Amino acid sequence: MIRIESLSKKYGGRTVVDDVTFTARPGRVTGFLGPNGAGKSTSMRMMVGLTRPHAGHVTIYDRSFAELPNPGRVVGVMLDASAQHAGRTGREILTLAQRTMGLPPDRVSEMVERVGLTETAAERRVGTYSLGMRQRLGVAVALIGAPSVLILDEPANGLDPAGIRWMRDLLRAFADEGGTVLLSSHLLHEVEVIADDIVMIGRGRIVSQGSKEVLLKGAGTVVRARDTEALERALGDSGLVTTRTHDGALHTDAEPTVVGLVACESGLALTELRTADGGLEEMFLALTADTEREGKAA
Amino acid sequence: MTTITLDPVHEEPLHVRGVPLSRVVGVELRKMFDTRAGFWLMASIVIFALVSTVATIAFAPESDLTFYTFSAAIGFPMTVILPIIAILAITGEWSQRTGLTTFTLVPHRMRVILAKVIASLIVGVASMLIALVFGVAGNLIGPAITGTDRVWDVSLVHFLEIVLGSLISLLLGTTLGILFRSSPVALVAYFVISFLVPTVLGLLAANEPGFRDLQRWVDLNLAQSFLFDGTISGAQWAQLAVATTLWLVLPALLGLRLVARSEVK
Repeated sequence: MIRIESLSKKYGGRTVVDDVTFTARPGRVTGFLGPNGAGKSTSMRMMVGLTRPHAGHVTIYDRSFAELPNPGRVVGVMLDASAQHAGRTGREILTLAQRTMGLPPDRVSEMVERVGLTETAAERRVGTYSLGMRQRLGVAVALIGAPSVLILDEPANGLDPAGIRWMRDLLRAFADEGGTVLLSSHLLHEVEVIADDIVMIGRGRIVSQGSKEVLLKGAGTVVRARDTEALERALGDSGLVTTRTHDGALHTDAEPTVVGLVACESGLALTELRTADGGLEEMFLALTADTEREGKAA
Repeated sequence: MTTITLDPVHEEPLHVRGVPLSRVVGVELRKMFDTRAGFWLMASIVIFALVSTVATIAFAPESDLTFYTFSAAIGFPMTVILPIIAILAITGEWSQRTGLTTFTLVPHRMRVILAKVIASLIVGVASMLIALVFGVAGNLIGPAITGTDRVWDVSLVHFLEIVLGSLISLLLGTTLGILFRSSPVALVAYFVISFLVPTVLGLLAANEPGFRDLQRWVDLNLAQSFLFDGTISGAQWAQLAVATTLWLVLPALLGLRLVARSEVK
């Protein structure tokens, strides 16, 4: 359980993280979503005490990070998989973590195997690793202390599709076991696929948060029929307000079940019926576009 | 496809004990050796000690072939290598960005720095003992080759003073590492302070008689030299204390403040 309360950070006069409050719960994967530069990494650094907040605080199981007696045994952290001495081997980096935490030495080989690095790869210097291998090593360092909380900054970066699948399954299994996972991403699709709860941040402020179901449900239903105009009339007759999407489908705020029932009663064949993810996506696209404009202006 | 195996996840955090300082010191000591650069830096201590011993036997005039000559020859490269080791032990966390891991596993920066200082001092003392072994060996073999008398002209007290002098150089490296948190800047600063500053202060004292008295109090290198000579006495101890405060203690206090506040990225 990670509780973030009114977290703020200013650099000079610029507010980078602005009054961020949310909770990452046990048994759930919380996706921290936002365009690059939205304040995700700064927030995560504040959670683990690497950056001092300007205001607000973070507790992990009701204790601040610095109060944890042996933090690696409670929280697995990966903020930047590339932040390692290029001259150390993967095995050596794991050994340093194992020794600091006071774990049995055989944990090192166990973790090498568990994250799918080969023994030969583990003996190589990290300078020769691909980004995907560094991510796997970073996850191994995060998991070696058998923590109950994971804080991962962009863990899917640099992974190939099989790697992304592996990461997703791993985090899912960790959360299903009762662990708390907080991961950040600048990709909406990634977060949609993996997260149970979504916290969306833009220019340092939370713009939307809630469970994935609720956030997606709020966006209504997208529907197509072989005879779309007939469907539009039928839905209108049932008192549902519809709008045409730019590619010719119908959008309504009603649940897909309601829309399906109306179509069924009117004997209309549907060609598409789904929950609209437009709400979240539109908001995210707007945020990203904002950030890009600012970037160009700067 | 890799199968996913997980450790049982504890919903409530485990009741684990804290990380004892000795463990942090052990890890920091290991980090000084476990890269190629670190390994060769450590190896160079032994290599330079060996080369200095052999060179002394080969080139020093027979009348100078005493234990003190060996000590001085072996000791000089130490005052260069030990500070470099001490600097890199600190600055690596920022230059190599390993601080991201180090300071999250032990989220108390002063504790990590303390562990690094202890680890550096252990390396420093061990190096001096290695130097002692080479010095003794040199002084046993050298005069045997030249057929001169063995002269043991370094007392235990003098040896301890040499150790102290070398550790001051080492700690100057630590201080600069803490202050600048950048390997190149700290290295340049070390060479400026230990080679350029003494020359400038010496010139100043030679040309400005009024400065000569002050020099004894502010010139760390001069104050240290009495330790290496084994001639240090009452007033010079006081001067050493003042110069050390000026060049080591005050900058270190400022540096620690910066380390505590700085952001680790």
